[in-house]
Amino acid sequence: MTNSIGEIEDAGCIFVIGSNTTACHPLIARRIFRAKEKRAKLIVADPRNIQLSRYADVAVNHRLGSDVALLNGMMHLIIKNKWHATDYIATRTEDFDKLAEGVAAYTPERVSAIAEVTIGDLERMAELYATHSPAALLYAMGITQHVTGVDNVKSCCNLAMLTGNVGIASAGVNPLRGQNNVQGACDMGGLPNVLTGYQPVSDPKVIEKFSKAWGVSLSQRPGLTITDMVQAMLDGSLKGLVVIGENPKLSDPDWNHLHHALKELDFLVVQDLFLSETAQVADVVLSAASLAEKDGTFTNSERRCMRIHQAIAPIGDCLSDWEIICRLSTAMGYEMKYESPEDIFDELASLTEASYGGMTYERLGIDGLQWPCPDLNHPGTLYLHKDTFKRGLGKFHAIEYQHPAEMPDESYPFFLTTGRMFAHFHTGTMTRISPSLDIEQRTGYVEINPKDAESLDIQEGDIVILSSRRGEMEAPARISEDVKPGNLFLPIHFGENPTNVLTSAEAFDPLAKIPEFKVSAVKVKKLVEGRPDVDVVC
Amino acid sequence: MECKFVPSVCSYCGTGCGVLFEVVNGKIKKTLPMKSHPVNQGKLCIKGWNLHEHVNSFMRLKSPLIRENGRLQKATWNEAIQITADNLKKISDTYGPDSIGVLVSAKMTNEENYLAQKFTRAVIGTNNVDHCARL
Ligand code: SF4
Repeated sequence: MTNSIGEIEDAGCIFVIGSNTTACHPLIARRIFRAKEKRAKLIVADPRNIQLSRYADVAVNHRLGSDVALLNGMMHLIIKNKWHATDYIATRTEDFDKLAEGVAAYTPERVSAIAEVTIGDLERMAELYATHSPAALLYAMGITQHVTGVDNVKSCCNLAMLTGNVGIASAGVNPLRGQNNVQGACDMGGLPNVLTGYQPVSDPKVIEKFSKAWGVSLSQRPGLTITDMVQAMLDGSLKGLVVIGENPKLSDPDWNHLHHALKELDFLVVQDLFLSETAQVADVVLSAASLAEKDGTFTNSERRCMRIHQAIAPIGDCLSDWEIICRLSTAMGYEMKYESPEDIFDELASLTEASYGGMTYERLGIDGLQWPCPDLNHPGTLYLHKDTFKRGLGKFHAIEYQHPAEMPDESYPFFLTTGRMFAHFHTGTMTRISPSLDIEQRTGYVEINPKDAESLDIQEGDIVILSSRRGEMEAPARISEDVKPGNLFLPIHFGENPTNVLTSAEAFDPLAKIPEFKVSAVKVKKLVEGRPDVDVVC
Repeated sequence: MECKFVPSVCSYCGTGCGVLFEVVNGKIKKTLPMKSHPVNQGKLCIKGWNLHEHVNSFMRLKSPLIRENGRLQKATWNEAIQITADNLKKISDTYGPDSIGVLVSAKMTNEENYLAQKFTRAVIGTNNVDHCARL
């Protein structure tokens, strides 16, 4: 997030796109409601009717995968009505002309046809967002899990810069992170092309610094992303895989594809709290301690690094992930020894000067600190890009709308999208074994519009068979106005109804390598009980 | 009886609400919202209120496991670490360090993520490290 969670309360307008905030980030949704009480305007754009839609000043269900068109359409109207921030654009940005030229073609009529949103709604969205500064834009996986994920994000940035909403309080472009420490994992260099604090592996100075600190020579060649790794397993070039605290068998875009890939490995080791679907096929499983059994820090969506404290001794014969990694390194001939997580933190802060450099456990206290926090007297940063962008001027990008990789057709007439529901987290490994959460929702389901249900003769609870070009699965139907006719929604948490049997491993954003979970084409059929229509030959 | 409240952070989404674990005689009984916390100001959602349940679950792995004759069997830490180290070294020696990949986790702490990528880069010798946040 460029801005902070608390700042949302004081926004003049909040634009939520591709985030089911009340279900997935309830305590951020709370700030949206507080802002509404203070008379903020609320715009919600989501392919489904989410809970927030009911409280919105304008709510639209734009067609799945049409985000770029929708955002370009808003910008078209903003420029046409001269609502854009001319001074800000002149002093803080570049390439405005290219953007203006690019969005000129996105007339309300054209956008309305692509995104299935009325011209009136589009006009209201543009006006509310542009004329109620500060305007905060919030998004989640509904923006990123597309073949055009990077384009979608750039379009959000274009819109915010066009209206002068980056670099001021209570505004900004704010991705809401799905998992608790996504921000931290990225900050810490859990990426194939960068080390901590996004220092590129291709920069010789960076490599020299880390080589010196770690006492070994390091590779400058960027590594494989998870999407590439799966491919490398299949073609035999990746032989060993270490999986720490993840369950890719359920979260990977294409279940069948990954299932085969894992079988090709010579060696798979999984470090986890539970015997997840992935751990079940591992050669070695290392039992890890939970967050209550260790010290450390997490960094949330607003870049706030916070301490967690050990509450109890590890259960059974478990070790903290950091201890396991130290032991493994030492066994492989690289002695890794730390007294405590605090030691590790001091080392990582000293190598990540620009963002974590000024942080110590003592300074973090209870509230934590928001990076960038470059020195010991720095109070942390509430919002980014205050006087200047990292690169100097903010750059506009003209973005063209593209269709999703798969559009419904005669054989697969339905749009399928995936997501989370309020009581569960990700692949369900933690929440489904939690009695109070499990009771909220025990099984997977598929949401279908009443009109479609009627034409397919489907009743609430009927088992339906969903099939895509990749595979098929069954799930009970839940009839709901929350999805538009022609659309289906599947929650991702349930291993016995794995959504990734249907989604595609081949459709991903070429730059970010994020798979297109949010759009696939499927067909639906009611499962008919009774005699299978095959002849039994005795 | 010993009772204490230990500060932590909810790990069920990227909001990062401050929680207190209520620990009675060395066991976590409940999760409470932290009143003074800047993110959640004394509130939690249903997932946060039940954060401790996964910690206490009977489904938790209690020891390392090693696959023997096709089945996962209980093992000691020394055995499990040694087998893992030997296998990774063998692969690296035969096919080179780039034939190994590491998936780190958005659920681990910063310190652990830092160590995991250090392990990948400095110990194995490859940049093949990624996390599942794309997914
Ligand atoms: S309490 Fe709810 S909103 Fe807060 S971090 Fe946990 S899951 Fe997210």
